[in-house]
Amino acid sequence: MAKNNQHFFDNPRNVQIILYLLYASCVLLFILDFIIHRHTYHHWEGLLGFYAVYGFIGCVVLVLIAKWMRTFLMRDEDYYDREELDPVEVSKEEGEKHVV
Amino acid sequence: MWSNEIPAFLPFFIGAVFALFTRGYLRGTLLLAIIALSGIHLWYVPEGVTVSFHFLDYELMPYRVDRLSLLFGYIFHIAAFIGVVYSLHVKDTMQQASSLFYAGSALGAVFAGDLLTLFVFWELLALTSVFLIWARRTERAYQAGIRYLIIQVLSGVILLAGLIAHASTSGSLSFEYIGLNGAGGWLIFLAFGIKACFPLLHNWLTDAYPEATPTGAVFLSAFTTKVAVYALARSYPGTELLVFIGATMTCFPIFFAVIENDLRRVLAYSMINQIGFMICGIGIGTALALNGAVSHAFNDIIFKGLLFMSMGAVLHMTGRMNGSDLGGLYKSMPKTAILCIVGAASISAFPLFSGFVSKSMVMSAALEEGYHWVWLMLLFASAGVFHHAGIKIPYFAFFAHDSGIRTTEPPTNMLIAMSIAAILCMAIGIQPAMLYSLLPFDTGYNPYDATHILAQTQLLFFSALAFVWLNLNGLYPPELRSVNLDAEWLYRRLFPRILSSTFRWIWQADKAVRGAALNHISNFFTYLSQQHYPGGRVSRMRPTGNMVMWVTVLLAVYTWLLLSWA
Repeated sequence: MAKNNQHFFDNPRNVQIILYLLYASCVLLFILDFIIHRHTYHHWEGLLGFYAVYGFIGCVVLVLIAKWMRTFLMRDEDYYDREELDPVEVSKEEGEKHVV
Repeated sequence: MWSNEIPAFLPFFIGAVFALFTRGYLRGTLLLAIIALSGIHLWYVPEGVTVSFHFLDYELMPYRVDRLSLLFGYIFHIAAFIGVVYSLHVKDTMQQASSLFYAGSALGAVFAGDLLTLFVFWELLALTSVFLIWARRTERAYQAGIRYLIIQVLSGVILLAGLIAHASTSGSLSFEYIGLNGAGGWLIFLAFGIKACFPLLHNWLTDAYPEATPTGAVFLSAFTTKVAVYALARSYPGTELLVFIGATMTCFPIFFAVIENDLRRVLAYSMINQIGFMICGIGIGTALALNGAVSHAFNDIIFKGLLFMSMGAVLHMTGRMNGSDLGGLYKSMPKTAILCIVGAASISAFPLFSGFVSKSMVMSAALEEGYHWVWLMLLFASAGVFHHAGIKIPYFAFFAHDSGIRTTEPPTNMLIAMSIAAILCMAIGIQPAMLYSLLPFDTGYNPYDATHILAQTQLLFFSALAFVWLNLNGLYPPELRSVNLDAEWLYRRLFPRILSSTFRWIWQADKAVRGAALNHISNFFTYLSQQHYPGGRVSRMRPTGNMVMWVTVLLAVYTWLLLSWA
């Protein structure tokens, strides 16, 4: 990690490098699907890039559904507290003394 | 050798008593020495050792050593050792003592050979662990602890009812295969299910663990749920219902984990997800699936412990645990960040990390046994666990936007404990044969073939790609200060509301009835008093002549009566 308050991810170039590495790995892994013959138990597994596509779509669907769930599940932070706790209860965490 | 029959929980209970009366370095050294010695001792205890005696008509077996219980015995020693190292800096006797009592109770439960002994340790697990939540000493933690205790003790009571019913039909109390036969079998199943976080029964975990102390959560994450997994593996292997319960458990918590703000609550949800894989394996019930279930329990204790430790370190140092408040901590806690990433890689089942060598057994077994839809659910959950535990936890705590919090690395003992766990995660991932040699069955499974490595790596990298894509396009839900409703809403909001409105109704009805009665009485008295006030019938003035006439009438009546009787 760099000194002088300039940290690794403060530089957008470093973030870009990480992202390009990820993209390159994804492309490489997809190409490997053509080269390595995966032995399969189920016909879906044999589809080209099955795991890659399933992983990507699965995660997008997961996040979008979760986001939609917020519309009817999300409440204020003190939703339970305001009925369960004493209104005067305001307790500070012990750990805050470590923050500089 | 007589020392083989020393039950594994005994040293822990003795250690807990020591913890009550010692302080500082002496306490730390004593506890670690006791756990280490007990672990070494257990290593030399052979399979097949039992201690049993007759009680009334039943044979009780408080101590039974076999392959399955030994595996959990080893991992509980490792977890307790890591946990004690992690909490060496804690100067709270209540926590130090109760964590040892708690670990000892877990050992007692897995080495129990009969259901009555299991019941005793089952309840002790609840009673000893609640102090790790109360030790936070906030009103929230106190309330969460009460709810936790009620649910855990309830699970024990159901277990007791189940074992009585089971014993009366089968005539035996032995803690062996039970199966879903009769009321006893179902009740015991339900009792195990509460501790194992079956869907809708799961909220005690997501409610209580995030309220525990930073060190307490590490102990809590290791024992209670894994004892339940062990109990299900012993008594209900091959119960098909468990396949579907397990698959549900892998999937539904990940949605909650994605939108949850408290990072330790994210871990709690992800814990239910991981237990789902184990339950699913137990339900499939083949040798490979059972091996997968128990080895995943073994690995989960270590990597989930590591994740709880890293988040505990963040909480200890910053006092904050919400994703919305954290970020950028890699600048001041780089070692913690790296150790957290090791835990994240392990839970995500990256090749060369421990999750990879155990979870895949369950998934392979699901495919082999023809549970294709279940397999697809497990695969979705595998991608999802990487998404919320593998990426979200480290990303929002240590990277993301810089929260501006500047702190330092946690105390050395915390770093050492996390390092031990991280080394174990990688050692098991690289050398799975060590773990496989301890498993109940010999299946000759090899996780490192080209197909499996490629498939898993593709799944994970494209999940990461999805995270990046969603983030860059602003589709990723931001961390918000919020509470998400879950099944706990029933007993934290609906039932209290129903109760309070019922009581309000009763109170009002009672008030109305009593009010009406009081009204009548007071009206009556008003009427009476009105009769005595001027103008009332009683207080009317009557002339003396009237009196003379009435006396005459009375005398006449007397005379007539006397004459008629004589």
